Amino acid sequence: MNTADNVVEMRSISKSFNGVPVLKDVSFDVRKGEVHALAGGNGAGKSTLMKILQGVYQADAGEILIGGKPTAINSIQDAKAAGIGMVFQEFSLVPSLTVAQNIFLAAEPLGTGGLIDDRASVRRAREVFSEMEVDVDPRAGVARLGTAYWQLTEIAKALAQNAQVLIMDEPTASLARHESEALFELIDRLKQRGISIIYISHRMDEVYRLADRITILRDGRHLLTAPLTDVTPEQIVEGIVGKKIEGQLSYRARDHVAHEGAPLLEVRGLNSGQRVRDVSFVLRPGEILGLAGLMGSGRTELARALFGIDKVDSGEVLLRGQKVNLGSPQQAINAGVALIPEDRRAQGLVLEHSVQDNLLLPLLGQIQRGPLLDGAKGKELSASLIKRFAVKVAHPHRPVRLLSGGNQQKVVIAKWLGTDPDILILDEPTAGVDIGTKSEILDMIRELASAGKGVIVISSEYPELLAVSDRVLVLKGGSIIRDIPRSEIADEEYLQLAVQGV
Amino acid sequence: MSNAKTLAPRDTAAPRNFGTILKELDWRRYVIYIGFVVVFLFFAVLLRDQGFLSPNNLLNIFRQTATITVIAVGMTYVIACAEIDLSVGSVAGLSSVCTAMALSQWGLVPGILAGLAVGLVVGSINGALVSLLGIPSFLVTLGMLGIAVGVAQWITASAPQPILNDTFNTLFGSGNFGPVPGLVVWSAIFVAIGAVVLNRTRFGRQVLATGGNRNAAEFTGINTKRIKFQVLLISGMVASVAGMLYAGRLQSGRFQWGSGDELSAIAAVILGGTSLFGGFGSIIGTLFGALLIGLINNGLILAGLDSSQQQVVRGAIIILAVALARKK
Ligand SMILES: Nc1ncnc2c1ncn2[C@@H]1O[C@H](COP(=O)(O)OP(=O)(O)OP(=O)(O)O)[C@@H](O)[C@H]1O
Ligand SMILES: [Mg+2]
Repeated sequence: MNTADNVVEMRSISKSFNGVPVLKDVSFDVRKGEVHALAGGNGAGKSTLMKILQGVYQADAGEILIGGKPTAINSIQDAKAAGIGMVFQEFSLVPSLTVAQNIFLAAEPLGTGGLIDDRASVRRAREVFSEMEVDVDPRAGVARLGTAYWQLTEIAKALAQNAQVLIMDEPTASLARHESEALFELIDRLKQRGISIIYISHRMDEVYRLADRITILRDGRHLLTAPLTDVTPEQIVEGIVGKKIEGQLSYRARDHVAHEGAPLLEVRGLNSGQRVRDVSFVLRPGEILGLAGLMGSGRTELARALFGIDKVDSGEVLLRGQKVNLGSPQQAINAGVALIPEDRRAQGLVLEHSVQDNLLLPLLGQIQRGPLLDGAKGKELSASLIKRFAVKVAHPHRPVRLLSGGNQQKVVIAKWLGTDPDILILDEPTAGVDIGTKSEILDMIRELASAGKGVIVISSEYPELLAVSDRVLVLKGGSIIRDIPRSEIADEEYLQLAVQGV
Repeated sequence: MSNAKTLAPRDTAAPRNFGTILKELDWRRYVIYIGFVVVFLFFAVLLRDQGFLSPNNLLNIFRQTATITVIAVGMTYVIACAEIDLSVGSVAGLSSVCTAMALSQWGLVPGILAGLAVGLVVGSINGALVSLLGIPSFLVTLGMLGIAVGVAQWITASAPQPILNDTFNTLFGSGNFGPVPGLVVWSAIFVAIGAVVLNRTRFGRQVLATGGNRNAAEFTGINTKRIKFQVLLISGMVASVAGMLYAGRLQSGRFQWGSGDELSAIAAVILGGTSLFGGFGSIIGTLFGALLIGLINNGLILAGLDSSQQQVVRGAIIILAVALARKK
């Protein structure tokens, strides 16, 4: 193998945090103009490896070669100078500035007298965008643009700094389907221009669509690196999870749905804001209801209205035949409704607080003794939740921010299931979750339903939606346009067409 | 691959030497206690001939910091909730004035109630404007700072209001409980209740969660508007008690009592390790923050610095301590 082809080579990288090893002797290389997928379970160390390449963390041992030369990367500036660009998962843009101002932040072109030449930066931003073959107005304020444009701006920012390698950590997590497709096409074009891309994703279809080679990490160790033509999807899944899992995404008919008696939840003519219009449906005990629809079709808004976050303008909600007023999350929780929100970092967790404190937050009533909280009881309860949901956490009293993405999601789910709700609404419950955990979460959903609870699942991943739902509601423009029993849905394509409203 | 393996991965399971253990020890959290001890020892040696260590002087330090300690306990809640209350100093002033006036008119109990009413009213207005109208607490309480002190000056025509009721004066600051000065007992009570409520009750957790991530707290079913209202109410009430402590100690109500205390209280809270961005709070830390400020004031006076020099040295020490305590 000719090392000169490698734009980046990381050799025998080891890293531990507070004595807990996270990467053990990992080697990784990227060739010019390739898309290299980096895969592995939650907490396998993918993000950590990339943060070392970006200069956010320093390795304890090992070396990094850029273009064949050993290079010390001790800061983000070093990484930029070495031609490594990052499309941040949490975007690093300043919302109050324009696209062009963001792209040239801290590298503004200067005009006469050392003043910033805004016109030059707009012109150069246009050049970058036209090279990317995308249409973005450099003068637009970032705050008013959607996430897809934020991402394009991030990419343009990296390219304007002459990045040769772009790191993308779960870039499609916040994109709609057609936006993801546009991103894939952009990646193809960048590749043709000789730019290398390191692509982290938990979605197998994306990896197959884009990548030339794949590297799998498991528990901080390098497992394999191979061209995608040499490995089967089954081998990859097995490599990531460490065991064979079969049929995780196939639907298993369950007949626990109680068709007799009052429905658990009945919604009549619900209106809320602009995005929920005249919605009516029923949810029976033991039923899993899937909500399908494009981005902006009102799925999340419906969930928010049912949980009392958004104001209900008109309509009725009945729980077990009783009319209820879900005017606030407190009321919803008291009525036995729980919502697992779509954005775990912003809505699900207090990132700086410990895993234990996060888990106990909705359960404080359960660990009270008189007016005071019982510390020992709290510790016990959180330990049992951690165990039950197999959260991978070294110290429950350390900030939840330090957990990997998938484990953070498990904490959010565990926190809510600890309250033992009757109706559980999950908004994109498997975003950023690895394949093994995903099948665990889907099993958990099935189990809950079998125990007589009602579950509403929102997901943009059709295979997953089809794997669990007993019935699928299709939303468009805030209204339910179809109500399809699972048995009538032949395949993904059928659902896709239904969602498009064909 | 090449044989250019340069570094063997460090065996992370190997016994760690003392250096790494020391490095990983989270000493920043204890900086306030370390700082307190260092400053104390420094003055103890430097000022041994000026009577720094005499029991009387030490009690004096406690006495002088009592009101700041009490105010800072309330402020800890506000800051841990990611808000700020700049009106506490003037609320103390207004409360001292109202107490004194009601006391001379109607007697002991109405006097105390009048003082508490000041905290109740101002705290509720602050809380309502912040939580219901969503106005930043910085602006609301900055406005209230002016209003409260203005009202206090107005209704007294800037004149001090003497308090001749001995029971009140004994109870609020001038007297002793056995051998212990009353002010020390007052601060101990506030610190104890404040610490238990913040660490060991549902309300305390909800304050920290609201300050740490308001969105997530809201999604968890916490009424964050109510929490914000409550912390500002608490801060107002606590400040009004501090005002009565001024009134009792100085046996009069005056609009100047407490002026500038908001800054000392904020400094004490931040020195004590509470995050200015919310989400974390330590009442015991706040106590030591307040004591450290009191210690410095006392030491500098004994050292014979004039008040302009005192201000400079005090400011420098506070900046230094906060710089040491900051997160990496
Ligand atoms: N700053 C840190 N301090 C302590 N532990 C950390 C820190 N950053 C990461 N970790 C731990 O290192 C391990 C690897 O985390 P990393 O984020 O690299 O995983 P990942 O492969 O990106 O997972 P995911 O797919 O869930 O995003 C996790 O167990 C995590 O808890
Ligand atoms: Mg990650």
